[in-house]
Amino acid sequence: MVSPPGIAAGRAPKDVLDANFVDIKPPLTALAAGIAADRCLFCWDAPCTRACPTSIDVPLFIRQIATGNRLGAARTILGSNVLGGTCARVCPTETLCEEVCVRVAAEGRPVEIGRLQRFATEAVVEAGHAMFERAAPSGHRVAVVGAGPAGLAAAHELARLGHEVTVFEARSKLGGLSEFGLAAYKETDDFARIEATWLLGIGGITVETGKALGRDVGLYGLTSEYDAVFLGNGLGDTNGLGIPADLAGVEDAVEWIAGLRQAEDLATVPVGERVVVIGGGMTAIDAASQAKRLGAEEVTIAYRRGLAEMGASDHEKEIAKSDGVLIRTHLAPKRVVGEAGRVVGIEFERTRVEAGRVIGTGATVTLACDQVLLAIGQKLKAGDLGEGSVALDGGRIAVDAEGRTSNPKVWAGGDCTNRGRDLTVEAVAAGRDAARSIDRTLRSHV
Amino acid sequence: MADLRVDFVGIRAPNPFWLASAPPTDKKVNVVRAFEAGWGGVVWKTLGEDGPAVVNVSGPRYGAWHGPDRRILGLNNIELITDRQLEVNLREIKEVKRAWPDRALVVSLMVPCEEDAWKAILKRVEETEADGIELNFGCPHGMSERGMGAAVGQVPEYVEMVTRWCKQHSRMPVIVKLTPNVSDIRRPAEAAKRGGADAVSLINTINSVMGVDIDSLTPRPSTGGLATHGGYCGPAVKPIALNMVSEIARDPATADLPISGIGGIETWRDAIEYLALGASTVQVCTAAMTYGFRIVEDMITGLSDWMDARGLTEVRQITRSAIPKMTDWQHLDLDYVVKAKIDEASCIECGRCHIACEDTSHQAIRVEPLEGVKRRFFVDEAECVGCNLCASVCPVAGCISMDPLPAGAIDARTGLVVGADNRTWREHPNNPMAVAPRGPMATHRE
Repeated sequence: MVSPPGIAAGRAPKDVLDANFVDIKPPLTALAAGIAADRCLFCWDAPCTRACPTSIDVPLFIRQIATGNRLGAARTILGSNVLGGTCARVCPTETLCEEVCVRVAAEGRPVEIGRLQRFATEAVVEAGHAMFERAAPSGHRVAVVGAGPAGLAAAHELARLGHEVTVFEARSKLGGLSEFGLAAYKETDDFARIEATWLLGIGGITVETGKALGRDVGLYGLTSEYDAVFLGNGLGDTNGLGIPADLAGVEDAVEWIAGLRQAEDLATVPVGERVVVIGGGMTAIDAASQAKRLGAEEVTIAYRRGLAEMGASDHEKEIAKSDGVLIRTHLAPKRVVGEAGRVVGIEFERTRVEAGRVIGTGATVTLACDQVLLAIGQKLKAGDLGEGSVALDGGRIAVDAEGRTSNPKVWAGGDCTNRGRDLTVEAVAAGRDAARSIDRTLRSHV
Repeated sequence: MADLRVDFVGIRAPNPFWLASAPPTDKKVNVVRAFEAGWGGVVWKTLGEDGPAVVNVSGPRYGAWHGPDRRILGLNNIELITDRQLEVNLREIKEVKRAWPDRALVVSLMVPCEEDAWKAILKRVEETEADGIELNFGCPHGMSERGMGAAVGQVPEYVEMVTRWCKQHSRMPVIVKLTPNVSDIRRPAEAAKRGGADAVSLINTINSVMGVDIDSLTPRPSTGGLATHGGYCGPAVKPIALNMVSEIARDPATADLPISGIGGIETWRDAIEYLALGASTVQVCTAAMTYGFRIVEDMITGLSDWMDARGLTEVRQITRSAIPKMTDWQHLDLDYVVKAKIDEASCIECGRCHIACEDTSHQAIRVEPLEGVKRRFFVDEAECVGCNLCASVCPVAGCISMDPLPAGAIDARTGLVVGADNRTWREHPNNPMAVAPRGPMATHRE
């Protein structure tokens, strides 16, 4: 393929690319898992379980690993979190279960809960081992919009409870951000597809890909055709930069990552020589680290606030730093500099944060670059929902603790809602809990 | 630096660390390696009578009980006495003793229970100039089916008889090695003394089946699908052996009988414990078979440093030092009261103490929820019986202490004054057999 000047594919040879994109947290061997499991103290009312948004019984599943009961361990995990395989890979465990592990207090190093969870679930998900049975048919039909973590978790739980489920997914593949987002080195070996295939094995779930809400299906139609609707459609839009940026080389980080995740060959993914990523969240890290690993010479993350205010966890920041990404703070984009229709630099105004507000100092700095990746947050495509269909809160769908929206036939969960911190594991919990809420509601109507 | 030299029933050695009669001492090549590593002495692997050698199985001789990290906690074996020709062993013993005159070289023996058989072999061993003999009355597998080993050691009369023969027909010191597979270890020890034994060594291995392979339902280890019991040794047997050593050391009938302690000794700490409970030397096998001979370096320096720190100059100063503190239950002070105390600074909040006490003991450890997943565990002295279970299950050494209540304090559990009477069961009014009961009865609160 022909890359535009400054942005080119194949900046590193294949073996280097392969090495750069291997599993960042490789699976444990049986011996390593046994030793890791032995460190678990089987705490009473365990902090790790309480820190898990899906309330996985961590001490129990680790004990099951320790006793050689790997299937039992997987059942414990997947019974609480059917996407336990993905969560084992992508959960920021260092701020959830592993942060509160009592081994941290004891010796500064937690039990490797995430890796042990992966060890357990491998025996079921990758092995394609059927684990759940459906309840007797309820006669109810439920539509699920979006096949990301929230939608898949909801669909699985609804199917398990005996309902007939139809999933509408705008993309051509299932998995949502597990498939199209996240850094490739976090979810390797086509795992998102394997997991979705295993999950659908329960039966009772019809999948309609290429069907987008607001384009191919409407919420009004779904609520009249189905007994209930679960919205897990995520955030379809990205925030604007607020300054003119219509230049070649300025791209949306989410779409750029999606292209990378779907590339058959990493050597075909174009990347700049000097890349600036704007933003401070997990997407900024994923974009920056992967740009560096693709062979970009210089990658800089520019964030308008301070290091501690970045949405990315410390662990994520460490990954970026060890990849050679430069993180620069207190820089707000002011002007994108172009030449002949291409980005050649970006001018920032230095900022300071006072009482939580970003204040421009007037001083500027310009970073030369040939690619700008925007990771400044996503937003709900509210128009897709239809005027007045469900109430919003802060631009996202307002839901209660069990996922109910203002519309009595509509539930929602995951990034499209106003609850949580946009974590995969929270989306799974929301999908599961909404499914149970739907089940209770439908059965109470009979 | 402390003087580690020992004189054990006239057998001199540079240190008290000897290798037990076992595979590590079956051949010159092994024994020379042991002496080069620094071992103070060896008991040469058991010799049988002249003629065709015994035949070992060619399947597994050992079975192990592993910790999760594959640390050997216990080991069993079904190996027989030496399967090499008698004259080969005798020649090598002589060569080794000549080359290493400062090391103890004791020869283990096991021949049929006939005076002539013993007489014949004693003469040949004397010719090697070995320092002494150890009578193997303990081997619990194979040889015992032929009327030797434990089959002798379990019958005090036989022990006495064979010991007497050996003393009559040899000028060498005689150490009688005892089997633990008896109901009261003092009986064979007394018999050995009556027979004129210079010393006893204990314990030999314990009858054991290591487990069952739950896939094939075959006991382990098996020889072509058939299993037999073996002899158990290694760290797991140490508490059993320590008790038996102390029983002999405490019994007035055998208190003056020198003891070579055996059973799960891996470190200098283990050795000190054996010495304190009555041993004058120790014998090691499993630890050497697990880690190799070099462990003796740590044993020598560890013991020496420990002695230096306490101002001890000779090993015999340690022997029996803990014996005055061993007694029978009936002499324990029932008015001595301890209460568990949790050091909140080192508590890691695992909750093991709480659930152990709550589920299985006295409901004496309370929980106070704090912010987030934090919680505070503390002891309710009105319920605590001072049983030490909480401290035993606590993963942080020293976090839970068992603090004695000062004399004169009121025990919140019983309402009684601590240390007022210093009664043992023999003076306690709850004991209907008490001769001179004193003080108040103890009652259970409900």
